[in-house]
Amino acid sequence: MIQLENVSKVYRMGKVEVPALSGVDLTIDDGELVAIMGPSGSGKTTLMNILGCLDVPTSGRYLLDGTDASRLSDNRLAKIRSRKIGFIFQSFNLVARTSAVRNVELPLVYAGVHARRNPARHALAQVGLSDREKFMPNELSGGQQQRVAIARALINDPTLLLADEPTGNLDTASSAEILKLLGALNDAGRTVVIITHEEEVAGFAKRVVRMRDGRIESDRVQRSRTEVTA
Amino acid sequence: MNLQEAVRIALRGLRANRLRSVLTMLGIIIGVAAVILLVAIGNGVQSSVNEKIQPLANLITIVPSAGNVPGGAPPKDLVDADVAALQEPAMSHDIAAVIPATSGKALTETDSYRFRATVIGSTDRWLDLNNGDMAAGSFFDDAQVRSTARVVVLGPSVASYLFGNDPAAALSHTVRINRQTFRVIGVMQSVGEPGDSVAVMPLNTARRYIFGGGDKVNQIIVQASQASAVPAAEDDVIRVLSDRHKIKDTANRDFEVQSLRSRLDTFNQILRILTLFTAAVAAISLFVGAIGVLNIMLVSVTERTREIGIRKAIGATRRAILEQFLIESLVLAGLGGFIGIGVGVGLSILGSILAPALGPTFATFAPAVTIPSVVLSFAISLVIGLVAGGYPANRAARLRPIEALRYQ
Repeated sequence: MIQLENVSKVYRMGKVEVPALSGVDLTIDDGELVAIMGPSGSGKTTLMNILGCLDVPTSGRYLLDGTDASRLSDNRLAKIRSRKIGFIFQSFNLVARTSAVRNVELPLVYAGVHARRNPARHALAQVGLSDREKFMPNELSGGQQQRVAIARALINDPTLLLADEPTGNLDTASSAEILKLLGALNDAGRTVVIITHEEEVAGFAKRVVRMRDGRIESDRVQRSRTEVTA
Repeated sequence: MNLQEAVRIALRGLRANRLRSVLTMLGIIIGVAAVILLVAIGNGVQSSVNEKIQPLANLITIVPSAGNVPGGAPPKDLVDADVAALQEPAMSHDIAAVIPATSGKALTETDSYRFRATVIGSTDRWLDLNNGDMAAGSFFDDAQVRSTARVVVLGPSVASYLFGNDPAAALSHTVRINRQTFRVIGVMQSVGEPGDSVAVMPLNTARRYIFGGGDKVNQIIVQASQASAVPAAEDDVIRVLSDRHKIKDTANRDFEVQSLRSRLDTFNQILRILTLFTAAVAAISLFVGAIGVLNIMLVSVTERTREIGIRKAIGATRRAILEQFLIESLVLAGLGGFIGIGVGVGLSILGSILAPALGPTFATFAPAVTIPSVVLSFAISLVIGLVAGGYPANRAARLRPIEALRYQ
């Protein structure tokens, strides 16, 4: 379970203080599929950074699986990212010149796990890329790269799968594939949060949180979800 | 993250930029090789010179010297009795042998040629003490010394000037020295000038026929039992002679004691300083190599900012990133050092193979690689890796993941 309690974030730009988030309360239960939407500057990226333990709030509390992640050192945050968060980025962010299977193994390397190859293969199989294990990122299509990224995000069995514009760099067919995959993972019980500004992507979520000026503008459950067809 | 995995990640990083890695390593390779080679050459020169001088290093030469105190007693000559006193076994156990010598320039002639040689009168031990060898014939023996035989042994320059290049050609011929006739019984091997322009004969023969009678000697050669006993033997010589010449103040001493040993020590000291100096100059190139490593590591960190962000996002701690880049620069510098050692040792061996081809002067010259120079230069290259990699690695480790991920 994820809980944000009165979370604010203020950035300092020289002498000016710029509020990015002001008093956000948000609770996401296990197994939800949430889309966070908003125009640029609405604070959704800041919200994602805090949810993903890449940054800490200026004030307020962030509880991730009961652990307070709002006042932790760099090192502890890295450990939490390693165990509880799986990231999926708009630009895939695979490590260059490193094969698909090694990319998937990486989180296990940093988590100190020794038996890595089999779990990594299994994760690649889950996203349907068993035949691309030895391929380098530049030998894979965008959709395939994003699927490798999803396999990498899944390998540590994270509490939260955090996707930042996961379809932003993909064509329609690949986008549909990725959304379908995320939907399937959510059906299997995985908590998924997607940050997006595309209505189509949001339409496929079970719950949509809209942000504006650092606040939550609306938060509603969608009854009629868009069906994703690949 | 374990070390093995860190090393593997670092190696993959280096392999990704193969040419750049090799060029960076080249700086370290050249530096280390230069240090090792120059130290090896310095040692080679030192041992080559020592090898030539060492047999003479236990010799002490005593010559008369004019007293430098005006109005004092006139200086006493060195005489046979001084030699006898030094030969007394009870006087010193650091002295192995004592031989007297008289010498002077004299015209040495055959019917056709004449040569101004240094005529030396001494005992049958002279050749032995001066570490000489015969090229033809033999040196005079004890019986010939006692019988004041009119025999002479020629230095190679004298022999070749008077009798031609074949040393054996001089044997059994006679030469006139100071208008007296002597039979040539041997020719010595070359030891270099001025030692080659000599004619050596028994002490009393030289006195009777050339220098005139008396018991004066103008040189006493003392052989210490070993090179390290030279200072003690010198002290004994000074004590015995001061006693015999009734000298109480060292300023009044009427003889001078010289040994090669102290000159050899001075020479070695100078050479050691010179070797260290050249090694230090070579170390400058090592320093330049270190700057190269630092530069490349900084470039590498900047270039891979995004990769660092990705690694951090998926759970890499600061320490993991620090280790990755530190190991990368350690491998870079360490491998460079290792190859540099190979090149330095290889060139030293090549030098010792090729040196004899440069002529007889280099016959005994062989660069000698020393273990300390190898260990030290490898250690220095690891330190370079640590220091030159430390700052960039630390910068990488401190990158904030959000900003690193945003970096294009």
